[in-house]
Amino acid sequence: MITVTVNGQRHDIDADPNMPLLWAIRDILGLTGTKYGCGAAQCGACTVHLNGESIRSCCTKLSRAAGQQIITIEGLSANNNHPLQLAWNEMNVPQCGYCQSGQLMSAAVLLRENPNPTDQDIDDAMSGNICRCGTYQRIRAAIHRAADLAREGAKS
Amino acid sequence: MKKLIFLSIMLAITSIVALSFKAEPAKKKNRVTVVKDSIGSVKAFMSVYKVLMSPRCMNCHPAGDQPLQGDDNHIHTMSVKRGVDGHGVYSMRCSNCHQAENDPGVHLPPGNPKWGLPPANMRMVFQGRTPRELALQLLDPKQNGGRTKAQLIDHMANDGLVGWAWHPGIGRTLPPMTRAAFAAQVRLWIAKGAYAPGAKAK
Repeated sequence: MITVTVNGQRHDIDADPNMPLLWAIRDILGLTGTKYGCGAAQCGACTVHLNGESIRSCCTKLSRAAGQQIITIEGLSANNNHPLQLAWNEMNVPQCGYCQSGQLMSAAVLLRENPNPTDQDIDDAMSGNICRCGTYQRIRAAIHRAADLAREGAKS
Repeated sequence: MKKLIFLSIMLAITSIVALSFKAEPAKKKNRVTVVKDSIGSVKAFMSVYKVLMSPRCMNCHPAGDQPLQGDDNHIHTMSVKRGVDGHGVYSMRCSNCHQAENDPGVHLPPGNPKWGLPPANMRMVFQGRTPRELALQLLDPKQNGGRTKAQLIDHMANDGLVGWAWHPGIGRTLPPMTRAAFAAQVRLWIAKGAYAPGAKAK
């Protein structure tokens, strides 16, 4: 039995410790917002936070998450009101949407560590998340917008 | 008077002869005799150099601030950056994809608990270094992470991340000699005087 805290809720998971964390999140816990893309840590669709770091859950064993804190897209905010989610909505970022959970989870780490990122900072942070629809320009614009929203929120 | 001078001279000569037969102090007995041999030392380093310039070593000791991949030393896909601590930036930290061990399968991320590049303030570049440049760099504590020669040997012979090069996972070529042979050549290089090859050595 492996105990994992996902989005603040503790789960005891009876599964092979070598199971990819993504499998446990999607198939056992039923949190399907996190996507399977490549299975090789190449595309970023499966990005979740492990103790605040944006790991690729397809290549991370369940055993690595034992006793740790996992946040998935479902837990990024309480009411879908993280500045990134608001900006994504405002700027209609997704096209097909498949990669966007991973994009948001990576962007969240960037904004936490750098509340006022430059285009280069965004490229450095987001280059591990691929979007086949090519929404990169909107992603970049929305991250800038989210940074603005977070600053406005901090002032009010 | 002449007798006195003669006796004094004899006494002095006797003393010098006696002192020359004095036993070595005990502390000197344990010293390892270093037989310096510049040719042997350089020869050993050239073997070391071939290993250090192999993709498994050099790919994480790049000239730029991005790790390399593959036997052709191409820049790491996804434009990964070194970062201040050598472990990446923002959501592109090494351990976000690289686990504590190799993921099984071709083209899957290799892994080690310490996976990363040298930090930005101690870049320890291998790529593009001539044998002479690399030897001098390795010996300079200001450029080698503050290591003494003994610590340098220990790092090469025993460090876990260095050792990954000989267990790189499926689909990756190995360095040109075993780790034991490599460590022996490092020891030999240093034991014979830690000479750097000449400027023209390749």
